[in-house]
This record gives sequence, C-alpha cells and structure tokens, in this order.
Amino acid sequence: MDSSLGGGHAALTASLRCAANLLYLVPLIFLVVFFLYPLLALFDLSLRPDGILDLSAFARLLSSDYHIGTLVFTVYQALISTTATVVLALPCAFVFARFRFPGKSLLLSLATLPFVLPTVVVALAFAVVLGDGGLLNDLLRTLFSLDYSPIQLERTLALIIIAHIFYNFAIALRIITSYWASVGFATEEAARALGANEISLWRDIRLPLIRPALLSSAVLIFIFCFTSFGVVLILGGIRFATLEVQIYYQAVSIFNLPLAAALSLVQILSMLVMLVIYTRSQNRLQVSMSSSAAILRCPRTRLQRSVVFACVLLITALLFTPLLALLWRSLFLTGKLDLSGYIELSQRSRASLLFITPLEAVFNSLRYAIMAMTAALALGLIAAHMINRRGRWSRFSDPLFMLPLATSAVTLGFGFIIALDEPPLNLRSSWLIIPISHTLVALPFVIRSVLPSLRTIPPSLGEAARVLGARPMEKLLTIDAPLVSRGIVVGATFAFTVSMGEFGASLFVAQRESVTIPVVIYRLIGDPGLGSYRQALAMSVILMLVCAGGFLIIERLRAAGVAEF
Amino acid sequence: MLHIANVSHAYEDLVSLSNITLQVKSSEIVCLLGPSGCGKTTLLRIIAGLETVLEGKITFAGVDIGDTPAHRREFGLMFQDFALFPHMNVADNIGYGLRRRGHRRQLIAREVELLLERVGLAGMGKRDIASLSGGQKQRVALARSLAPKPRLLMLDEPLGSLDAQLRDQLALELRQIIKDKTLSAIYVTHDHREAYAVADRIAVMNIGKLEQVDTPRNLYHQPRSAFVAAFLGLRNIFDIERSSFARRICSEVISSGAAAKTVLIHPSGIRMDQATASRSLRFDAVLTSAVFRGDYFDVSVSLDDDTTLHFANPALPAAVGEAVSVTIALDALIELEE
Repeated sequence: MDSSLGGGHAALTASLRCAANLLYLVPLIFLVVFFLYPLLALFDLSLRPDGILDLSAFARLLSSDYHIGTLVFTVYQALISTTATVVLALPCAFVFARFRFPGKSLLLSLATLPFVLPTVVVALAFAVVLGDGGLLNDLLRTLFSLDYSPIQLERTLALIIIAHIFYNFAIALRIITSYWASVGFATEEAARALGANEISLWRDIRLPLIRPALLSSAVLIFIFCFTSFGVVLILGGIRFATLEVQIYYQAVSIFNLPLAAALSLVQILSMLVMLVIYTRSQNRLQVSMSSSAAILRCPRTRLQRSVVFACVLLITALLFTPLLALLWRSLFLTGKLDLSGYIELSQRSRASLLFITPLEAVFNSLRYAIMAMTAALALGLIAAHMINRRGRWSRFSDPLFMLPLATSAVTLGFGFIIALDEPPLNLRSSWLIIPISHTLVALPFVIRSVLPSLRTIPPSLGEAARVLGARPMEKLLTIDAPLVSRGIVVGATFAFTVSMGEFGASLFVAQRESVTIPVVIYRLIGDPGLGSYRQALAMSVILMLVCAGGFLIIERLRAAGVAEF
Repeated sequence: MLHIANVSHAYEDLVSLSNITLQVKSSEIVCLLGPSGCGKTTLLRIIAGLETVLEGKITFAGVDIGDTPAHRREFGLMFQDFALFPHMNVADNIGYGLRRRGHRRQLIAREVELLLERVGLAGMGKRDIASLSGGQKQRVALARSLAPKPRLLMLDEPLGSLDAQLRDQLALELRQIIKDKTLSAIYVTHDHREAYAVADRIAVMNIGKLEQVDTPRNLYHQPRSAFVAAFLGLRNIFDIERSSFARRICSEVISSGAAAKTVLIHPSGIRMDQATASRSLRFDAVLTSAVFRGDYFDVSVSLDDDTTLHFANPALPAAVGEAVSVTIALDALIELEE
C-alpha cells in the first residue's frame, strides 16, 4: 500500500470509526444494565428462588387451572380486541387512503390522540361513559324514567375490549392507510378493466395487497392488548386478570415473588415470539418511496359520500365521546358546575393514603417526562444510526432494542425492584428509577420513529453534501438531521407522552414522594369518598390535556416545519 | 491538472479497478466510457474522495490529494440520481456549497440567480424539488455542482435518467456550459454518442481497465481493441485465422502479413457501387438488408465466402437480394489488439 496516499486519511477515518463504535456502546450498556440485568434477576428468582434450582413455582403455575385460565384469557381478550380493532379500522383506512375530503388530515392526526393517552385516563373515561353510574346510563335512566342502569358493562370483558379498540384504533388506521396509499390503486384499476366486480376486488386484490399492513398492525395491536395493564386492572378487576394484572397481584398483594417471576417469564417468552413475527411483518412493509402514490379523489356517488361520512362519524364518536365525557364529569359531577376537584388538587384528600398532593405529582410527572424524553432521544438516535448501518451489528441490534417494547411495563418495574436494590446500583429508593424505567419504555418508540426516515435517505445525499464541502458534522446537521427531524419530533412526542402516561412500571417503582399522575389517579380511584373521585377526574383531565396539548403542538410543528417528501 | 497514476481499487475482495493511469488537462472534458460495472463510477468516486484506493496516487495541480477528504477537495460531482436535497428548495440546493464555504447571503443569492438563468431555470428558485421534471432536476443538479466554482467538475451519467430526445439536446448544452466556465471535467457515460458530443477526449474502460484514451474522432477511426470497436458500435470485426476474407484483405494491404489476430474493416471505408477510392479493393456481393435512416441507409452485404459486411451507404443502388459491387478502401483495415 502506498503510504503517501491512504495513510493519514485512513488513520483519521479509523479513529472516527472507533469513536463512533464507542458511542454505539452507550445505548447497549444502558440496555444491558437496566433491561437485561433486571430480566436475568427475574429469571433467577423464578428458577432459583432460594439460590438452588427450584421449578416448583412453574409446576404450580402449570398445574393450576386458575393460572392456565389467566393465560388463556390473556390471549383470548387480546385476540378479540385485535380482530375488532382491525375490522373497524379497515374501512376507515380505505376511505383515508382513497378519498380526499375536508378535515381529513386533522382527523387522521386526531385519531392518533388516544394512542398517546395514558391507560389510566382511558380506563377512567370509559368507566365514566359506560359504567353503572356512567353518563350513558344516566341519560337512559332520565329519558325512560328507569330506576335501574340498563347498561351493565362494568367489570365485563366488553368494556375492556371497547377501551382496547379506542386505544389501538389509530395504530391500525395509520399503518393500513399509509401502506395502502403507497401501494396505490393501479392494480385495482387493472383488475377492474379485466372485469372484476366489487366483491372480487376486495377478495382478490385489495385485501391480499394490504396483507403486510394488516398483519403488521394486527401483531402490534395484539402485543399491546396482551400486555394491557391499566385498562384491565381498572375496568376488569381481579375477575378479568390478565397475565399482567396477575403478576402485579402476586408480587404486590400476595407477595409471592417466585410465582410472579414465573408468570413474568411466561409473559416474556410469549412476547418474544410475537416480536419475531412483528419484525418479520415490518420488513415486508417497506415500500419504495418512488412507487406511484395513489391519486386521491373526492367522494362522488351517494354511496361514497355516505361511506366517508360514516367513517368520519365513527372516528369522531369513538374519539371524543369518552374524552368529552371525562371532561364533563370532572366539571359537573354533582349535576352543577363544581370545580372543587381541581381546586383541591393542592391538598391531600383526607381519606387518601397519598403522601404528596396531586399537584406535586403533576410536577413529578413533568420532570420525569422531560428527563426520559431527552435520554430516550439521545440513546434512540445512536441506536437507530447503528441499526441503519446494516451489517452484523444491525441484524442483532434491531430486535435487541425492540425487546423493551415486547416486555411489559409491569415486568420491567418488577425486574427493577428486585434487581436494582443493592449497591452499586441501589436505585430502589431513588426517584431516578422512574425516569430510567420510562426511558426504557420509550426507547423502542424513538427508534421506530427515527429509523424509517433514516432508511429512506439515499447515501448519495450525504455524499453530495460532502463533495459540496460539508464537513461530517455539517452534513449531519444540514442533511441527516432535517431529513430525520420529522422522525425525531415524532419520537420525542412518543417519549414524552409515554412517560407522562406510564403506569405499570411506575406503580412498582414509584416511592411515596415520587409518585406520578397515573399512579395518583389509580390510588384516588381506589380511595373511598367523592372527594378522591373528584380529584381523580380532575387529574385525568389534566393528564389528558397535557398529553393532547403536547401532541397537538408537535403535530402542528411537524406540519409547518418539515416538508413531506 | 489531474494526474491519476497506477490506481487500483477493490470492493472487499473483488478488484474493481486495476492500474489506471489517466490525465485530465486544464479546461479539458474527459469522458469515461464503458459498459455498466466497468469501474467508471468507482473511478469517479475515488477522484471525488468518496472511495479510498488500494494502490496508486492521485495529484491535482501537482498536489497529492490522496489524504484530502471529499469536503476539502473543492471538486464538483453531479450524481446519476441527482441527489438533490428533498428538504430544500431549488435555490437552497444550488446555494448549499456556497453556504458551506461561508459566503455572504447576498452573494449567494446573486450567484444562485445567475446560475438559474444560465441553466434556463430563471425565477424557479423557490420551487420545491418534488415539483420538478426530470430535465429540470438535472439542471438544478448541474447548477448546484457548478455553484462553488469547483476546480474539477465530475458528472456521473448526468443524462442517464432522461429520455433520448432530451439527452441529445442537453448533452450539447452541458458541453457549452462547461466550456463557458473553462472548467476541467470528467464525464461518465455508457453511451458513445453522448461521449462524442461532450468530450474532448474519451477514456474507454472495460472490467476495471483503461482500454484506450483518445479524441472522439481518433477513437472512432482508430479503435485499438476489439472491445473498443465493438463498444463504439463498429461491426465487421474478423478473426484472421477463421476468416479467409480477412486474410485476403490483409495480404493485399500489409505486405509483411498482419501482426494482429483480429482486424476491423472500418465501415467508413466501405462503399457500395461508387467511384473507386485511390487505393481500394472491389468485391462482388449480394445486398442482404437495407434500413432507411433518412440521409443514408444502414446496409448489410454478403460476400461469396459468406462474410457479411455492415456499413452506411448514402444511396441504395439495388434492391435487397440483388447483386452489388462493394469497394473497400485500403485504409479501412485496422489491426486490433487483444
């Protein structure tokens, strides 16, 4: 090799590469310390509760009809929820991918709102609408002068499923719509020209064509429903305990840690299987940016117009009914305007077991959310960059960083309290444990938000910038950063809102003074007395508004600042 | 100006360039011509600083630039896919290189205006990249690579993605713009017609090697190897051992016998039924095909030993299937290297 040529440049490149590789270690170390280590501690506890191999917890688990029943119910409710969500979202996605109508982008944007709403809020909102003393029953009782509640959904599977649909509708809608819009309708026109009627169009063309999107969204929704905790805990109670709820009960109420750990192990293994399926379905989802996008048309026929109208009505009703009901209930709990729930937020309810005022919990939540967002963004960007480099690292790091998504928040929280309770990592009594757990939960969201835009940047753009005189840092700031900025903004929203609404892990790790809004709401719901309920409603509305506000601001920023391409 | 000396390059274990030596003089346009995969884009990327070489040396204006990273070379590179920045408008794309060099805003704006005018896009600075046609994108990409006044301009198949009609017109325009700016340029293409239109000299590449470097005219009339001749679309290439016709011509032309194993009968030296050139040979043949091309006909004739010759003829003296007389100029015989 000619030393006068490659020498200095190669040395510089090599040292840069070395520095980059060191940087890649940061998210990996984070993952190992705060995810894999607690997970191993869980495995250890479930398999060797007293330091020697002891599978009695598993034996009890597998021989108990009750626990087998829990597992079956977990799968069953997730299957029904997923199917119902996808079936409802499919026609709406068709309308969104196909037609142009006023308010469409606003509606699509708003439809994503529930996804960022905390489970505790969603659960409480549905209890407010459909519960025994809920608004709908109030209305029916008044209208028909009844002395009983005609809708008996409280503590039923139906209510859980409705809440799951509300929660996951946007996932299906967004994934299917964008996929449909990108594959276009050219094949459909070809089929029509070959004599296909509407039924065979759906059967032979449309549904097979969007199968990757259907599969991908279904798997994702299934994962979310499988690990759903807040909704099931609040709306179902112990009668409808899923694995998640059971882990919580075993660990916190009964204090059977080995059994809870065994349940967590089952949970983790089932999620791993689903994660593999999800990652595979994701790979098939990638559509080239150059593919001809569908040409959107205004609905013309009466049928088209009514389909569009029905779809808009469905989304609006599904979206706004519970949220408005929650707001209404928080203001008019006793029939007339009553703001005492809000006013009393700076006081501790007399019946409450809380150690801080709800207002202090709001500040806690905000502080942790900002920390978690910053950390998840920094770690997520590095991780996404590493995954995008393609090669050996990418292949194993992509599923690795998705693992926290596949591990339920309850499992994470449980793992934290049993693993991080002794030096050198004694975080058990530190508030730091909360933003750290939130970072872990938010990390996959950041990576999944950044990665698609990172992947669509052709290498020639960066090379063009370099040839035009951009230093590596300038290239990063002027080309890569703006092109992934949309992904970064979306990732930041997710991280912030996920942290604000995180319930499962926080319930485990939060200490008396470090409780967050969702934990406080849950405690208040459980407290006796109207005062606590009023405060719970007020807190839910505040949390809802914070999440919705942040969400709307960022949606607007995104629309104004970054060009679509 | 630019000296490439004994440069070799490999992707992993696959050798992509071996021992390339080439010079580009000041204000000269050199075309790298060759089939896809021959290494021409790799050579361009090496010169741009986007690839590192295995061996060899590259100097520009007497300075070794092997260690100079891409962003300090002050070269311009126009990408095959144009690589326009989708998040910037036309003017911001063109001004990108100037901003990296820290020029003042007014100066950049004025320069961008001038360039937009020069490439025929006056007033389109605010346009979105996505709203441009292929031809317009090509012009923006050209303007962007010209804006920082590069010491050397490189163009990688700049017309590759455009349709044929637009290509002919833009090739001439490109040459004019580069010549106006008295730039040195390297132009990569796989289309010999485009190379003829644009280049001062053409470097023909094949499987990582340089086959021949010459002016378009010399290249066409004196291709050195069978590959070059074939790649330029020249037919009538004969293996002397196999073709009695080739042996006969050789014995007529070269008294000492041919040194080469392969010869080309250049089509420009073949005529059908015309006044005999000063030194020429005459053969009887049958016209086997004739394609009307406007000002001439592409014809094929078959000689009595089943040799087929292809050439262009200004007129059609007979119908297909009829006997014709073919004259071959003595200087039409070109010995080809292996």
